[in-house]
Amino acid sequence: MEFRRFSSPHLPVENNVNAMMRRVLFALLPGIACMQWLFGWGVLINIALAGASAMLAEAGMLQLRGRPVAPVLLDGSALLTGVLLALALPPLAPWWIAVIGSAFAIIFAKQLYGGLGYNPFNPAMAGYVVLLVSFPLELTLWPAAGNPPDLSTTLALVFTGNPPPGTLIDAITMATPMDSLRTQIGLGRQLPELAGTVSGYLGGTGWEWLNACYLLGGLWLLRVKVIQWQIPAAMLAGLALTALLFHLVDPAHYATPQFHLFSGAAMLGAFFIATDPVSACTTPRGRLWYGLGIGVLTWVIRTWGGYPDGVAFAVLLMNLAAPTIDHFTRPRIFGRSSGSAP
Amino acid sequence: MAETARTPLDPGFTRRYRFHGGLRLQVCQEAPAAQPIRHAGIPAQLILPLAQHIGDPARCLVRVGEHVLGGQCIAEAVGTVSAPVHAPTSGTVTAIEPRPVPHPSGLPATCLVIEPDGMDQTGVKAAPAGDYLQQEPAALLEQLRAAGIVGLGGAGFPTALKLARKHPIELLLINGAECEPCIACDDGLMRERAREVIEGVRILRHIVQPAACVIAVEDNMKESEQALRTALQELDEQHIRVLTVPAIYPTGGERQLIKVLTNREVPSQGFPADIGIVCQNVGTAAAAYAAIARTEPLRSRIVTMTGDGVRSPCNLEVLIGTPVRHLVEVAGGYTDHIERLLIGGPMMGYTISTDAVPVIKTTNCVLAVTAQSMPAPPPAQPCIRCGKCTEACPADLLPQQLYWHAHAANYDATQDYGLFDCIECGCCAYVCPSHIPLVQYYRHAKTAIWAQEKQQRAADIARERHEARLVRLERIRQERAEQLASKKQALTGKDAGDAARQASIQAALERVRRKKEQADIAPRNTDNLTPQQLRQIEEAEQRRASKTTGRGNPQEPPGQ
Repeated sequence: MEFRRFSSPHLPVENNVNAMMRRVLFALLPGIACMQWLFGWGVLINIALAGASAMLAEAGMLQLRGRPVAPVLLDGSALLTGVLLALALPPLAPWWIAVIGSAFAIIFAKQLYGGLGYNPFNPAMAGYVVLLVSFPLELTLWPAAGNPPDLSTTLALVFTGNPPPGTLIDAITMATPMDSLRTQIGLGRQLPELAGTVSGYLGGTGWEWLNACYLLGGLWLLRVKVIQWQIPAAMLAGLALTALLFHLVDPAHYATPQFHLFSGAAMLGAFFIATDPVSACTTPRGRLWYGLGIGVLTWVIRTWGGYPDGVAFAVLLMNLAAPTIDHFTRPRIFGRSSGSAP
Repeated sequence: MAETARTPLDPGFTRRYRFHGGLRLQVCQEAPAAQPIRHAGIPAQLILPLAQHIGDPARCLVRVGEHVLGGQCIAEAVGTVSAPVHAPTSGTVTAIEPRPVPHPSGLPATCLVIEPDGMDQTGVKAAPAGDYLQQEPAALLEQLRAAGIVGLGGAGFPTALKLARKHPIELLLINGAECEPCIACDDGLMRERAREVIEGVRILRHIVQPAACVIAVEDNMKESEQALRTALQELDEQHIRVLTVPAIYPTGGERQLIKVLTNREVPSQGFPADIGIVCQNVGTAAAAYAAIARTEPLRSRIVTMTGDGVRSPCNLEVLIGTPVRHLVEVAGGYTDHIERLLIGGPMMGYTISTDAVPVIKTTNCVLAVTAQSMPAPPPAQPCIRCGKCTEACPADLLPQQLYWHAHAANYDATQDYGLFDCIECGCCAYVCPSHIPLVQYYRHAKTAIWAQEKQQRAADIARERHEARLVRLERIRQERAEQLASKKQALTGKDAGDAARQASIQAALERVRRKKEQADIAPRNTDNLTPQQLRQIEEAEQRRASKTTGRGNPQEPPGQ
């Protein structure tokens, strides 16, 4: 009798990329529900558009590259990229924004580098930044949090670009708390005056709930060990500590740490975007530096930059630094005094 | 670095330290150790490889057709790192030929095949020494060496060699923690033969003379722990302690166990003795006891025969050389869907393609499994750098970076990332969500590097030889040239003689000529003349002169 031969270990595998991707998508559900509640149907429309075009782009590229299509599509990474991009987009943006963004993310930021596992940059954020620098106007089309337009208005705005007769686009959209904070401070106003209008209990009005939901999903991901604590913890610490430092020095002009933590894409970024393992650092210590860098850069871009939020740029900048950080943060090998050969 | 690795020993061993990574594996919960050890009996054929240990293969001492007795030395150790092989029972040597052996390569190796006669006759035994604890350690070491005792925990390093270290040893650590889940041979041994283990440890202790001596068992091996404690009490042994360690894979690994108990790290590429520790397996201790107290060479060992591929998993006392097929029969035969046979545990064991492979000194477990309990690995997906492997690695390596470089055949980089610190425990591959056979990549890289080094050595030797050859050729050429020259000289010697003679003739002629010249000048016939003659000459001269002038100037009157 001839027995089959395999290489050790022989135990059935414990983890699975597809399951990990699915879990990340599950963990996004509370955030998606909250966003839908705050901003209306545009959220789901964006997710559908971006998700579908990301999958299509992935399938097309795999076909062109002569790779098996079905097993790779089923790993869920393309869908996840589409969904993450959709969650960064304003819900009233025209339909082609989501399509262009996710197609760019998949084609240029992922497949042209060799597909899953080979992309040096976070595809969703690369797609988002391309949209941000190319179509800045369309990326401001956020409805007022908690006062979303109805389905027909949303559909009209997204697919025709015009509001239905009798409504004004300016009556529907509203600057995000992050944006208005910068504008108001730029106009010489002081933070205490803005309390209650721009910021809610913790962060930006409405957005604090959204961030709380992402935090919830993120903590679940930590619990089921899909992500590790280093990057989210370090990123939130970097953001909060920098904010605290400046807030203590000048409370009138620098927002509180809790405002930064619960506004914009802070929690989404910390638990779902910065933790993208492919483009992040891989050494445990390196992940701390990587997260810290994203946190600090996010604060800097939010406070002094010209864009509505800093997470996307901060993540891409730290993606650039990741290989170098990894090189310098190798763990000490058992029985040795350093991480490299003696 | 060795200094930083050496933290002072806590005499109470109160703390357990944590090594990085590792796994809590929940497999093989119903271990076969609970049942008594069964004797597998004498099989129809015993296959004894000459290399059952680390080091040089033993040299065969018997011929085909020869009758051997149980315990007879049939192959002797060659060199320092080697171990003899003994006949497990009486019988006839039927073949000395390559047979499939338990080795990951699956390649056959030279084996002695014995057909047992079933009488199990043993040779004349030397009388057991009275109190072995009164003997010289060197004498005991020699007995262990002659008995063919090697590490039974898995590596098979000759025990006598490991014990005979020059360094002073602080701790003798007896490893009772199983290497892997599913393996239960040490557990079974300690439960049933705790006294033999303790007696063996006494012998090892007497040889090594350590400051402290500890037997470590995993915290889920309650029966073993209890049995050892009872035996210690019965033997009134004060110097040996039984300690428990958490059952985290791979605590049974020597380096990890030392870390857990002492917080010391065995230097990379070093040995436990470098940090004052000697580590031995409980099975080795029991075998040492049999060798010293009963003058019994290593003829049998306990093997766990388990997995869902056999009907009644159990611990078996097996003669060395027994084919796996025989173990399976004793364990009730295969179940219907048996697919894989493993030597060793589920994490580090290797598959064998045939059950004709024998049990050797280092075989601790045979796993027969179906595709249900151990399915074929799913296809590998791209590495997403999730870092789960890094979290799990007990050697604190970056497995995914190692994989990256091994995949790219960038072997220098793999060594820079500590490839040779990898113990191939399989934790990284087990947790990998992309199902990449990481350990296979590392093994491949190690083999490739060894092959490269071998090639490099061969190339170095070839270059040296080539250079030596060039030097030799040059020397020969010069010698030839010199020989030629001297021969030529010998040949042309006559001409050279002529030239010399001619030169001497020339010189003689020259002398003559000179003499002549001198003669021309010096002996004039006008010397020593009388004044009259001088006057006559003068007159004659004058005449001549006047004639000449007369011719030259005709106007002058002659004779003025």
